[in-house]
Amino acid sequence: MLNVGLSIVSLARFQFAMTTVFHFFFVPFSIGMGFLVAVMETIYAVKKDKVYLDMAKFWGKIFLLSFAVGIVTGIIQEFQFGMNWSEYSRFMGDVFGAPLAIEALLAFFIESVFIGIWMFTWDRFRPGVHAFMIWMTSIGTMLSAIWILAANSFMQAPTGFKINNATGRIQLTDFGAVISNPQLWRAFPHVILAAFMTAGVVITGMSAWGLLRKKKNENHFFKTSLRFGLWASLIFAILSAGAGDLQTQQIITDQPMKFAATEGVYEDTKDPAPWTVVELIDAKNHKASGQVDVPGVLSILAYHKLSGSVKGMNTINKELHAKYDKKFGKDMNYYVPPKTLFWSFRVMTGFDALIMLTSIVGLVFSRKKKDTIESHKWMLVVLGICIWVPFIANSAGWFITEFGRYPWIVYGLFTIAQAVSPTSTVASLLFSNIVYFLLFTLLGGVMVVYSRRTLHHGPYYEEADSKQNVDPFAKEAFGK
Amino acid sequence: MTLSTLWFIVIGLLFSIFLFLEGFDFGVGMSTRFLARNDQERSAIMSSIGPHWDGNETWLVTAGGAMFASLPMWYASLFSGYYILFLLVLVGLILRGVSFEFHKHAESDTEKNIWMWTFFCGSLIAPFFLCMILLSMVQGIPIDAKGNATPSFFQVVNLLSIVGGVAGVLLSLVHGLNFIRLRLDGPLRDRARNLNKILYPILFLGEVVFALLVFFQTDFFTKRFASSLIITALIVLFSLLGYYGVLKNREGWSFIGSGLSLSMVIVLLFNGLFPRVMIATDPAHSILIKNAANSQYTLTIMTIVACILVPIVAIYFIWSYSLFTKRINPRENTVKY
Repeated sequence: MLNVGLSIVSLARFQFAMTTVFHFFFVPFSIGMGFLVAVMETIYAVKKDKVYLDMAKFWGKIFLLSFAVGIVTGIIQEFQFGMNWSEYSRFMGDVFGAPLAIEALLAFFIESVFIGIWMFTWDRFRPGVHAFMIWMTSIGTMLSAIWILAANSFMQAPTGFKINNATGRIQLTDFGAVISNPQLWRAFPHVILAAFMTAGVVITGMSAWGLLRKKKNENHFFKTSLRFGLWASLIFAILSAGAGDLQTQQIITDQPMKFAATEGVYEDTKDPAPWTVVELIDAKNHKASGQVDVPGVLSILAYHKLSGSVKGMNTINKELHAKYDKKFGKDMNYYVPPKTLFWSFRVMTGFDALIMLTSIVGLVFSRKKKDTIESHKWMLVVLGICIWVPFIANSAGWFITEFGRYPWIVYGLFTIAQAVSPTSTVASLLFSNIVYFLLFTLLGGVMVVYSRRTLHHGPYYEEADSKQNVDPFAKEAFGK
Repeated sequence: MTLSTLWFIVIGLLFSIFLFLEGFDFGVGMSTRFLARNDQERSAIMSSIGPHWDGNETWLVTAGGAMFASLPMWYASLFSGYYILFLLVLVGLILRGVSFEFHKHAESDTEKNIWMWTFFCGSLIAPFFLCMILLSMVQGIPIDAKGNATPSFFQVVNLLSIVGGVAGVLLSLVHGLNFIRLRLDGPLRDRARNLNKILYPILFLGEVVFALLVFFQTDFFTKRFASSLIITALIVLFSLLGYYGVLKNREGWSFIGSGLSLSMVIVLLFNGLFPRVMIATDPAHSILIKNAANSQYTLTIMTIVACILVPIVAIYFIWSYSLFTKRINPRENTVKY
């Protein structure tokens, strides 16, 4: 009855995808927002320009909202390894646990303690000291990214380990190799810079909506925020693309199948290799057609030079069979989901380019002494809609990273099918999937509604509010 | 002592600290219905843990991480075996975690009410199901040769696990009220004391029932009679200390007493478990610390890391508490939620 569509592995995978994507909606945003708010508050502490204080306070509210959702969905991630992937936890415990525990000890404590101090001490510390609290929070979030990516990088390109013959499990032999994994130090800049860009784009977009309301007293605030956001979007869109390029070089060495799939290459390419803009993929028969090619560009992307051919998925599949058939059997399918990777890559890079473009145009239109941006309503609307763009790009990036490792959970060592909890049942997984789905819908929906509400109130809402309610003795306190 | 045993103790310590700290968070959450009479009081109660709850919860995340990092066979077996209960704990933690921030943004009374209720419910169900897991686990459950735990419904839901869950909730509530007595001012402070005057006798009754059930339903007293007896006595003694603080109006003593009672529950369970981490109905399949542990190399690294980081964390953690010592008064402008 419940067979093909609802196998335990596919349900557990669906759950991991759902929880990770949802978590990763908020994490890059929080990391970026924490950093940009810290920058704002530092500018205020140095220049004493009050608009930067207002900015730190206002965007800080949005940061806190996303941080809250990020934390609670993060606990799911930690518990999930044991709950759904107990075989993985047993196999990987010797390597995976350490970065996770260090993440908790080093990063989670810093961010959770200092954010608590930061949010309640606006009027207690000097601006510089108060900015220190948000810097600590921000550093905490970044440290957290390093450690979880250290664990993930091991899964992409295992290093510094041996297989224990007695237990069949991974045994750590060189912790230094795990934290100096080249994958990690190429993934981390890409992720962190994309996070900064995400926050920049959201600040830009929300400021654009704010400017559209045309409230005189808020104009300066939103204009400053807009330009701040535009600069951040532009700088970090460029930098994250550069970091992504470096990461690609590493992927070609470590996971050629992933790279071939993101470029939709089935057969080995000519030399120099043309870059395919779009094509029709026939995943069943392992071929593609209708390519729109740009000559030579793939060689540049892959090798940073004008020559060199790129291996196709069909060749790599044969190589992987030759390499792994002894261990995993002949029936393995080494093709990663080609359509998902091919299109995710185009969405991610295309959207990054879009952000660069809108940021440049936005910066030109909002130059000082010219109020052209307010009179170009369409421009503000475009910037406002672009809020969603980095979130989609971030998810697409994770799709490439995670789907591109198929069929393994730990590359070359352990398959996804081996990793799932033997005790899981379709019923329990279905139940938890439904619970998570409902919870995420609620959290995501409320988050969007409350962010919009904060924007609607504008930066000067609470000051007006507290002036009205000078009487702290509300009726209710006396009521009973 | 081997490193794996050391890490078993460290995990126990982390869970004890977690229960001491998050215990009053849970209790504070429950007090929004059991103690507060209006929205203003509820907000004041919420404010008392505003800067701290996230840091407190991190001890649980660290305990889980440490378990994964040092005794992964335990982590894998426990979390997959108690799948549904851990899911419910998560739901509780998620609901209460977002309540703080969402309540701040709520405008209408209905909206504020929703997030106060999620705060209350989350604070109630998380400790209940967490204690249920622990008290079901120590009774022994079916575990196969590979370490997969498959407890049946009545092995999860039985007299001891329910009494354990209720006792955990009650102790957390008492602890939360003691925290409120320390951190709030005005009528709430007195009412919290009065409520605890009623709750403590019930708690003592609960602790006696709990101790009897542990005696009959687990092998703790057959395996380690003396230590189990002493620790059980300590749980009661610390509760008595708390009660003394209530009667004599010594708030600090009350708080330390109820907190240590909670911590001692973990000590009792870990003491009884040792040298096992999971107790199987077939003793041959019980998972032992030495079989659950990671390699010596990983444990050494973890030990070094912990020795460096834990003291640093402790320093700024305690410092963060020292920043918020001014009592919150619901009628003054000290309420943040």
